[in-house]
Amino acid sequence: MSLVNIKIEGQPYQVEAGLTILEAAKACGYEIPSLCAFNHGECNQGSCRVCLVEATGARGLVASCVYPVSEGMEIKISSPAAVQARRRSVELMLSNHNKNCQQCDKNGQCELLHVAQITGAREDAFQGVHSETHIDTLAPGLIRDTSKCILCGRCIARCSNAHGMGILGFENRGFATFVSPAENRSFADSPCIQCGQCVNVCPTGALMEHSEIDKVDAAFKAGKHVIVQAAPAVRAAIGEEFDNPVGTPCTGKMIAALRRLGFERVYDVNFGADLTIMEEGTELLGRLQNGGVLPMITSCSPGWINYAEYNYGDLLPHLSSCKSPHEMQGAVIKSYWAQEKGIDPKDIFVVSIMPCVAKKFEKEREQLITNGNPDVDAVLTTRELARMIRRAGIMFNRLPDEEWDQDIMGDYTGAGVIFGVTGGVMEAALRTVYFKLTGKESEPVEFTAVRGHDAGIREASLDINGTTVNVAIASGMKSAKVLLDEIREGKSKYQFIEIMGCPGGCINGGGQPYVRPCFMPNEGDDILDTYKEKRAQALYSEDERQTLRQSHKNPQIIELYEKFLGEPNSHKAHELLHTTYAAREGFNEVKK
Amino acid sequence: MISTVTDLNEKFELLSKSLDDKIKGGDGKRHIVLCGGTGCLSAHSTEIMERFNALLKEKGIEDKATVNQVGCFGFCSQGPFVKIYPEDTLYKMVKIEDVDEIVEKDLIGGEIVERLLYVDPKTQEKVTKQEDILFYKKQRRVALNGCGVINPEDINEAIGNGAFQGIKRALTMTQQEVIDEVLASGLRGRGGGGFPTGRKWQFALNVEADQKYVVCNGDEGDPGAFMDRSILEGNPLGVIEGMMIAGYAFGASEGYFYVRAEYPIAVKRLKIAIEQARAEGLLGKNILGTDFSFDCQIRLGAGAFVCGEETALLNSIEGKRGMPRPRPPFPAVKGLWGKPTCVNNVETLACVPYILREGAEKFASVGTEKSKGTKVFALGGKVNNVGLVEVPMGTTLRELIYDIGGGIPDGKKFKAIQTGGPSGGCLTEEYLDEPIDFDNLVAKGSMMGSGGAIVMDEDNCMVDVAKFYMEFICDESCGKCTPCRIGTKRMLEILTRITEGKGTMKDLDELEELSQTIKANSLCALGQTASNPVNSTLAHFRDEYLAHIVDKKCPAHVCKNLMQYKIDAEKCIGCGMCAKGCPASCITRTEYVAPGHKLASMAIDADKCVKCGACISTCKFNAISKV
Amino acid sequence: MAKLQEAAVAQITEICDRHKDDKTPLMMILSDIQNEYGYIPLEVQELVSQKTGISVAEIYGVVTFYSFFSLTPKGKYVVGCCLGTACYVKGAQNVIDKFQELLGVKPGETTEDGLFTLDALRCIGACGIAPAVSINGKVYPKVKVDQVPEIIKELKEEAAKA
Repeated sequence: MSLVNIKIEGQPYQVEAGLTILEAAKACGYEIPSLCAFNHGECNQGSCRVCLVEATGARGLVASCVYPVSEGMEIKISSPAAVQARRRSVELMLSNHNKNCQQCDKNGQCELLHVAQITGAREDAFQGVHSETHIDTLAPGLIRDTSKCILCGRCIARCSNAHGMGILGFENRGFATFVSPAENRSFADSPCIQCGQCVNVCPTGALMEHSEIDKVDAAFKAGKHVIVQAAPAVRAAIGEEFDNPVGTPCTGKMIAALRRLGFERVYDVNFGADLTIMEEGTELLGRLQNGGVLPMITSCSPGWINYAEYNYGDLLPHLSSCKSPHEMQGAVIKSYWAQEKGIDPKDIFVVSIMPCVAKKFEKEREQLITNGNPDVDAVLTTRELARMIRRAGIMFNRLPDEEWDQDIMGDYTGAGVIFGVTGGVMEAALRTVYFKLTGKESEPVEFTAVRGHDAGIREASLDINGTTVNVAIASGMKSAKVLLDEIREGKSKYQFIEIMGCPGGCINGGGQPYVRPCFMPNEGDDILDTYKEKRAQALYSEDERQTLRQSHKNPQIIELYEKFLGEPNSHKAHELLHTTYAAREGFNEVKK
Repeated sequence: MISTVTDLNEKFELLSKSLDDKIKGGDGKRHIVLCGGTGCLSAHSTEIMERFNALLKEKGIEDKATVNQVGCFGFCSQGPFVKIYPEDTLYKMVKIEDVDEIVEKDLIGGEIVERLLYVDPKTQEKVTKQEDILFYKKQRRVALNGCGVINPEDINEAIGNGAFQGIKRALTMTQQEVIDEVLASGLRGRGGGGFPTGRKWQFALNVEADQKYVVCNGDEGDPGAFMDRSILEGNPLGVIEGMMIAGYAFGASEGYFYVRAEYPIAVKRLKIAIEQARAEGLLGKNILGTDFSFDCQIRLGAGAFVCGEETALLNSIEGKRGMPRPRPPFPAVKGLWGKPTCVNNVETLACVPYILREGAEKFASVGTEKSKGTKVFALGGKVNNVGLVEVPMGTTLRELIYDIGGGIPDGKKFKAIQTGGPSGGCLTEEYLDEPIDFDNLVAKGSMMGSGGAIVMDEDNCMVDVAKFYMEFICDESCGKCTPCRIGTKRMLEILTRITEGKGTMKDLDELEELSQTIKANSLCALGQTASNPVNSTLAHFRDEYLAHIVDKKCPAHVCKNLMQYKIDAEKCIGCGMCAKGCPASCITRTEYVAPGHKLASMAIDADKCVKCGACISTCKFNAISKV
Repeated sequence: MAKLQEAAVAQITEICDRHKDDKTPLMMILSDIQNEYGYIPLEVQELVSQKTGISVAEIYGVVTFYSFFSLTPKGKYVVGCCLGTACYVKGAQNVIDKFQELLGVKPGETTEDGLFTLDALRCIGACGIAPAVSINGKVYPKVKVDQVPEIIKELKEEAAKA
């Protein structure tokens, strides 16, 4: 690693050669405001012109996000020309922005507002017409409002990096440019998998989850039995919304908060995860032993299901027929639980707290609605939950740690917890499959070969009692595509594949708290590289703390089968816990 | 096939003699050439050629005369042209029906058709020979070499005219020697930037890479500029040769022409030239028996001005939206498909063979201290001689407008000359004696640009002109960076307000503030220079802005909200022609009969008038005027 | 999504194949489709996406960036009024205004009968004969406002004959 000598505001520093001015300045303790640059060049357009500084050797001002440092360079961040230029760029942006900040759910986490404050931009410095506004609220998962978009291009880069497909793109040019799926279609009428990765990187409120807080409010108002269930990945990240370090597990406080929000029961989706393993593990064994369609692919991630239905209609028989954990649990709540409690299922309103926006779409799938009653009624993201907590005036960090409600479906195992990270479903399934094939528990419990937190493909080959099981794990559709094309070409060597829609799995879901270095002064500069690992660690450590770490050991699951379902993959289980898939046209016909 | 230097030499000797014969009549024949530029083609140059062919046959003199179409003569406003060698007789504005007379009188009778000769607007004298026309006299053809002389679709005429003599010499030199020669010539990029061509090549030579590219920027987009088009139409092999020399100099074996789709004739001729050069072995492997291999392809633009910016152009070739890339890295280091790439303008490359053929010294013998050689201008607007001219650097604007351009038509007063298109500025009367060169024009508040030179007279409103350019930039801004995307829109809004009479003095301050912001903050040259037309009109014509804002008047009577059509009741004879042609039916008869007239005069209802100007062109008595 | 006719699929496949040896040929493919098919609707872009592996959104972004590419069919006659500087200072705005008035469409639009598309062109390099109008590639030199009705009439007659 070679070093270069630079000066910032006259102070000498040594920095790594090859860094941009923006990165070098950060390393030296200066935060230059920026918008379009994101995550080490994942997006570096040099387009927003908010990070302009003076640098010797350059003609005029330079965009620090794309301009490399060089030996002897003297950088001025605070020269009057640079200060004014940055302010004016933001002011121009604001002149074509709806500035409806009070009504914007991004308020408080909006990077545009942040740089406007830093640069001292006046919101009415320049005035004039706005570009035509396009608002898409048709898709259950995402909404798009171009009146807030600053055309930074981060969403386009993320969509393409995560999935290699690029649903979003720039449309038109000049002042008429906007970001949208092709033909300015709704996400609902495009092959968008509604994973929400674009939302995770949007600096403004232009891309947001489709909020369902109002629906939940209405259910409370209507006097329904409002039951909440929270997915594993939520606990690993919710603390970030309240300024806890990334990776702080906040399970107890989250439960306490949910209770204070008035939910009648506060359940853990881990119960549903354990149930999924029982069903999915059994399904896999069945396929292995009876010559079923292999490889079998997990079906927990609704983003992935969308992708499969849009692009690999021919491979749908490879998908496990299991519903995703929260849908299973919702179905159990509205049947078994309702029966046990003597409540009409129609009076039950199930709310899932998810790290995911695709789950908002999933709950509306016709396959997951029984007699007009959906398994799950509303899905809130981790971020929406945080908004509800703030709205209720609950001081999250002062909450006591509380326990999940313990009746009927309160128990869970460590296997369910790790569902939230890529490879987790695979590991949980292997723990149970191992037991079923060998009659004993694996030693050690962990299958670390399948662990990781990246988007790449991982694979392992296991010999379980003479049965060879080749497995592979992918997250993000870019990696998934490789495995799927192998299957299509008949070259796949695997028996079992786990696919998650979002790179890194649910811990990096499209509904998780925003990871924005500019709002995280106490995190390291490398937080965008480490947050997934830190969140994953929160889940693995919870797994380690559990005494029960295999789904088949969950006593309430055993009881559920005994009292209600019979056995895994029984007729009743199929009715309640399994589903079907159907190929879909990506660009369906839209009535105009 | 021309596979060795000897082959080329032999062929050159043969072909240059036949070209010479054609021009000087050494073969005892008459040679008729027609201008085949876009302007003349639209005025039926091809049909005229066909008529000539038919008549020659009919009269049985096909063996005594030939007919050919060549590249642009440059004198577009007087086209279509017919020139007859060896006398060098030039007939202008020829119509199909004139062909019979030319054949009868001139070709057969040996008598000049006087009525088709060019008339000098100053002396009112008829001029027979092209070289005696003032329009051509001050010109010097380097980049336009061969244009209007050779048949652009015939490689033999090009070779006869000296094509490939430059690359022949270059191949005897080292790469560094070639670059040194170009550096010594002082050649600077003709596309607008004026960056020394040799230095660009040197950067690319200094980068190690397995593949490098030459790209010829033919995305000539400045409205009012068409020199690149004419060069490609008139002598495409000259540009191909320039590209080959560039490729040899810094080690590129592939070239790409990026040409506007709006130039179908240029593209067609370029294609033919490439195919013919390939067939002769002058493109391909081991050119002229050396180790140098080179080939090129054409890529078409699709209607985006910003693709004239070199990094946007590269993105366009790469099949992307034409949005500029941040620099560094510069294309010479990381360009097309990530490889070192030099992007050179058409006119620049057209100068290169001359430099190698004739030597740097000869090229540098004309021009100013820092701007060597010649520059092609597309002279247009309110000037008598509209067309394409190539003049030595250092020529004054006055020579350009009055000597070559023949002055302002209709006795109107000169107001400004706009150079550099949407990136340039306007220069007024007081700058007319300034010599044209890259640095001087910038110092005076304009720029060379690619060579558009639009003359404006008293009937042009400078605020409207500024608005015109801003509208253009707004339409053509790629939308990538904030200041250009939004800032130009804001400037256009202000300019529109001013031309509509709704401007305030505060608007002027805001224009200046925006202009400064866009210049300092924009990503690429399109944005950085977008406010130049506003700046220069504000500097030279602030009073016109004030007239619009304070007096609510457009002094040139262009801005429709700030002017009216009026009928002079004393001049109006009451014929009523104006009322007949009025689409808004706003002209009615009054009761006033002016002394000496029989009918009552007409009057315009200003509230109903849509200001289309139809009445003014129908009135034969000059009774209608703009106030 | 409306399905493409078999012939169109074959034609577009052929165009894509034509450029399979060229590096990054998207612009060439789109130009050829525009020229031969007349426009580039979404279903055609989907097919190009399948053939080239470039996402539909990216192709759509390219199509809407360049003014030569069109998403809807153009009229039988594409009337392109040059609004380059040379033409503008010689009254091209009045010429296009007249076309606009007589055809009843704005620049970029097509008449209801599908006969005319009006386009405002940036400089077509015919400055010597300004103001110039290019109709289906044929350039009309030094067009005056009062010539406009005649030009339209001629074209209408020509269309009626055909």
